[in-house]
Amino acid sequence: MDLIKEVEKQYLKEDIPPFGPGDTVRVHVKVVEGSRERIQVFEGVVLRRQGRGLRETFTVRRVTYGVGVERVFPLHAPSISKIEVVKRGRVRRARLYYLRRRVGRAARIREIR
Amino acid sequence: MSKAILARKVGMTQIFDERGHAVPVTVLEAGPCYVTQVKSVATDGYNSIQVALVAFKEQKEQRVNRPLRGHFKRAGVKPCRWLREFKVDDPSAYEPGHELRADIFSPGDYVDVSAISKGKGFAGTVKRLGFGRGPTSHGSHYHRGPGSLGAVDPARVFKGRPLPGRMGGRRRTVQNLRVMQADGEKNILVVKGSVPGPRGGLVEVRETKKRKV
Repeated sequence: MDLIKEVEKQYLKEDIPPFGPGDTVRVHVKVVEGSRERIQVFEGVVLRRQGRGLRETFTVRRVTYGVGVERVFPLHAPSISKIEVVKRGRVRRARLYYLRRRVGRAARIREIR
Repeated sequence: MSKAILARKVGMTQIFDERGHAVPVTVLEAGPCYVTQVKSVATDGYNSIQVALVAFKEQKEQRVNRPLRGHFKRAGVKPCRWLREFKVDDPSAYEPGHELRADIFSPGDYVDVSAISKGKGFAGTVKRLGFGRGPTSHGSHYHRGPGSLGAVDPARVFKGRPLPGRMGGRRRTVQNLRVMQADGEKNILVVKGSVPGPRGGLVEVRETKKRKV
């Protein structure tokens, strides 16, 4: 297992802010369109973090025009240029799947300060 | 066919390539290996085949039997757990005691990897040979059986008929795996894709036979 860590180490990002389920984040994703590269921002609530090491991913949910959109990002992918924590939410579990069944005011998350 | 090394399978993970895509890889602990014997047409009569014997994992002090101990001593190599032969084009490039490290390969090379696959025990035709299965319900009593064994007239079952039996635990080779990383100091060899055998198993890595264009 040691050597696996050794290999993964070279790819791990060090500038990831601490965040977890319930937090609202802005994920800056590099999008390649033909030869151009631009940055797209996806903002939403973190539903979960999954996996360890280089294979860690997190799921972000947002509701646009009444449609729920969830995206899963590999935490250490080079295509993710930045992760900003907008709000820190107070939640009592690690997987917030219950948010999928809630709309509007019911889907709110209390903020911690 | 000239470069080869012995390695231990460490396990799998993923890394990101130049394009930022996640690539599944197998991490191998490769070498250091030592040549213990060089065979050539002149001395061993191998038609045109030349062979270098390579040893891996020094240790196993007195667990090596006496004939082998002498063999290692002559080569000036510490006793090793594993010995394997590889064909090489030019045996004169090697001599006993020659050290082989993971950096004989470089990223971008293609390799063939051989190892003993994981044993699956006595497996049925669905798992072992990819047969289709029967319906699970609606009165079907035919679930995972092998089907017909052939015509009745010969009054016997022909040899080679695909049937259940032992699966796995055989030597298997995966060809054309791309080398993603090779570190001679840390003995790390990272190869794209999967490799036969359990974690910790012995693996032979050779320069690929069929060049990928």
